[in-house]
Amino acid sequence: MSSPDEWTHPVPGEGPPATAAAPTAERVIAGLRATSEGGEDLVQLLTPEGERVPNERFDRYIADVTDEDIRGLYRDMVLVRRADRESNALQRQGQLGIWVPLLGQEAAQIGVGRAMRHTDMAFPSYREHGVAWCKGITPQQLLGIFRGTDNGGWDSAATRFHPYTIVIGNQVLNAAGYAMGQRFEGKVGDDSDGTAEATVCFFGDGATSQGDVHEGFVWASVYDAPLVFFCQNNQWAISEPTERQSRLPLYQRARGYGFPGIRVDGNDVLATLAVSRWALDECRHGNGPILIEAFTYRMDAHTTTDDPTRYRLSDEVETWKLKDPLERVRVHLIRHEMADDAFFEQVQAESDQMAAELRDYCFNMPDPPVRQMFDNVYSEPHPYLEAQRDEYVDYVAGFAGGEH
Amino acid sequence: MPTFKSFPLPDTAEGLTEAEILSWHVQPGDEVTVNQIIVEIETAKAAVELPCPWAGVVTELHVEPGQTVDVGTPILTIDTDPGGAAAPAPAPAAATPSTSDSAEAGSGEEEMKPLVGYGSKAVQAKRRPRKAAAAASDGGATVARSTVQAAFERQQGPASAPESPPPPPVVPDTPAALMEPGGYVPLAKPPVRKLAKDLGVDLRALAVNGDVITRDAVQQAASGAPEPSTVDTGYDAAARERRVPIKGVRKHTATAMVSSAFTAPHVTEFLTVDVTPMMEFRAKLKNDPRFRDVKLTPLAFCAKAVCLAVQRTPDVNAFWDEAAQEIVYKEYVHLGIAAATPRGLIVPKVRDADGMSLRQIADSIEQLTAVAREGKTTPAAMANGTFTITNVGVFGVDTGTPIITPGEVAILAFGAIRDMPWVVDGEIMVRKVCQLSLSFDHRVVDGQQGSQFLADVGALLADPATAILY
Repeated sequence: MSSPDEWTHPVPGEGPPATAAAPTAERVIAGLRATSEGGEDLVQLLTPEGERVPNERFDRYIADVTDEDIRGLYRDMVLVRRADRESNALQRQGQLGIWVPLLGQEAAQIGVGRAMRHTDMAFPSYREHGVAWCKGITPQQLLGIFRGTDNGGWDSAATRFHPYTIVIGNQVLNAAGYAMGQRFEGKVGDDSDGTAEATVCFFGDGATSQGDVHEGFVWASVYDAPLVFFCQNNQWAISEPTERQSRLPLYQRARGYGFPGIRVDGNDVLATLAVSRWALDECRHGNGPILIEAFTYRMDAHTTTDDPTRYRLSDEVETWKLKDPLERVRVHLIRHEMADDAFFEQVQAESDQMAAELRDYCFNMPDPPVRQMFDNVYSEPHPYLEAQRDEYVDYVAGFAGGEH
Repeated sequence: MPTFKSFPLPDTAEGLTEAEILSWHVQPGDEVTVNQIIVEIETAKAAVELPCPWAGVVTELHVEPGQTVDVGTPILTIDTDPGGAAAPAPAPAAATPSTSDSAEAGSGEEEMKPLVGYGSKAVQAKRRPRKAAAAASDGGATVARSTVQAAFERQQGPASAPESPPPPPVVPDTPAALMEPGGYVPLAKPPVRKLAKDLGVDLRALAVNGDVITRDAVQQAASGAPEPSTVDTGYDAAARERRVPIKGVRKHTATAMVSSAFTAPHVTEFLTVDVTPMMEFRAKLKNDPRFRDVKLTPLAFCAKAVCLAVQRTPDVNAFWDEAAQEIVYKEYVHLGIAAATPRGLIVPKVRDADGMSLRQIADSIEQLTAVAREGKTTPAAMANGTFTITNVGVFGVDTGTPIITPGEVAILAFGAIRDMPWVVDGEIMVRKVCQLSLSFDHRVVDGQQGSQFLADVGALLADPATAILY
């Protein structure tokens, strides 16, 4: 499923799905405008055609990136995309309650994910499957929350990847507080031994209209918190175009809060990697916070519950396919003979196997014990909650036939 | 061996209960691969393509395109092991997927279990039985648990009632551990806590099952048991109230009005008109031999004005056909005249009023209202109106917000004609003034059409000579 043609119409030659509504003229214009307005400030190191373009300011941040590393970034993106497509299909087959596709945002997430150290903390929204991958969380671990069998699925302290936050923008406050803590505990400033820390907070263009995001900006700014605000501007807040969120490019908002903002091509994994490394480095040395606007595109629906054909043209999607984050790396690798057919075949085989395992895991996922939902609500034992739990477990045990 | 698996319609969004099958992309006998698109469905939210969960051969489609099916209904069956020798049984028919499930190996059925957010109908409707009461009462069951158990046993009816344990006392329901200092604080809002403190009430004594303690509960605890509430009505209801059965015209009117008010979004507009010229014209016509033997009421003028104005705004003379999802524009006017009769509200129709002269309309109204007052109006005479005038003016009332007769889209209330101060050419003069109000169904008629129609009727009454323009 890596051919762009198969993304929206898995059966080649099939037309768009029939729907009751069509996008308004206003939305069409807003959506198409986004395809041409990355702006001159957009940091890009790899063009959609796979050409490496020099950049005086950011080249040094990826000077150490080897061919092997680029192949690794490509492999990451292929596997993450495959896991995403497989999970999307599992939802359509009734195996997941909902799925939030990341299709098209692989480069933005892998770029920043691979720029982070293990000690850097991440506060995701609910679409950061690629960042989770970089943090060592398997696609299997992500499924619980979407299948409704788990409230999280991973140890957020050990992985340094906070649980998914469904409330829009809410994680920005948590991240600001966490990053302030990093500074108060002296983990910022001296990075000579590589122990300095930073935090990355993820949110979308829609979240920038939320009060929580504003508050997070203010707190992080005035306390010089080592926090990278990583905004994936995927052009659509469900059905609302970015034009309805801001009258000026989102990265320029940072200036009003008194910290730097930068716009990077979110479909360019090298540029995202370089800019993220720069931003994290600044934060670790006490020059945070920084806002990164990763200019990208949500190729699929907002969630499996959404029908994007109601508010945007497939022309727009087609245009963005030309800027596909995977294809440009693939072309780059081939053109400069940095990878051979065997490599691509091996990645394909690996993704096939991973998809089959993910499928198998999902179909056979056990239902968790009833009492599990009471776990991890408070950090310390809580008598009232324990009483509720015991009462409920007793109640459920009263039914004949099975533990739950 | 062939292994048959049936694919239940999933909930593709959050909490959908059904979907329409738009088109099948596969047919029986087709080989399918995992994630191959097999069907397109349309839910309340979106048109969605469903990928196949298994590889194999399609053996049967259970639903037709165009059919709306509940989530959880098997929509197709796939043989996931078609290479197996000697297929014993044909694919299960539409009605028998459950049979095939039960016949299958346990593991196969396990895969088909409802998993997230929905369940197949059979599973959803089933309620698991409780264990026997004996099982519940052994060991140290907590008070809370026995409360639940007891409540359940009571529901089971008299057969098992004798065996159930006696209901436990209700109040000291809180587990003892929670009563210890520092362990648990009863839930109550800050003002209620303050009140309890002021009144010297211990909130812990009021805690029941961890429910939030209300202001009432605190006040009640402070003042002791509540007094039994017996309301003294002060009079014998039977002697001073009269009860009339709802039937006949009253019942019909009530049904029609409720149905209209709650299906058609009503908009009412008002217009005050100087009808002096019309009244002068009427006085003139009364002396005309051709109108000698007819009662030429202002209502007749109003009816004629309506018939003329409809020509310019046919939208008000239409019908919202909900079933057919069409708006029916009528090229004729059956004008309903609302008449108050001893039996209640009767609305006889002036048939084809648009083709009538003023004299003919006046005749018809006179005749119809006479029949109505005698209570002799036939149901046929009241059917199939296209527009209604309610003459509230005869009751000396200025205006109202009439409710549209079901099956029509507009109604005009014709108010009383009074001598009123009116500004004519910058001077206050005594003129004949009346109010018109038009209610219309906003599904069909917009403000522009409604206003135009009302203004036209007003203009015709204010200056009957403008009729020559139609």
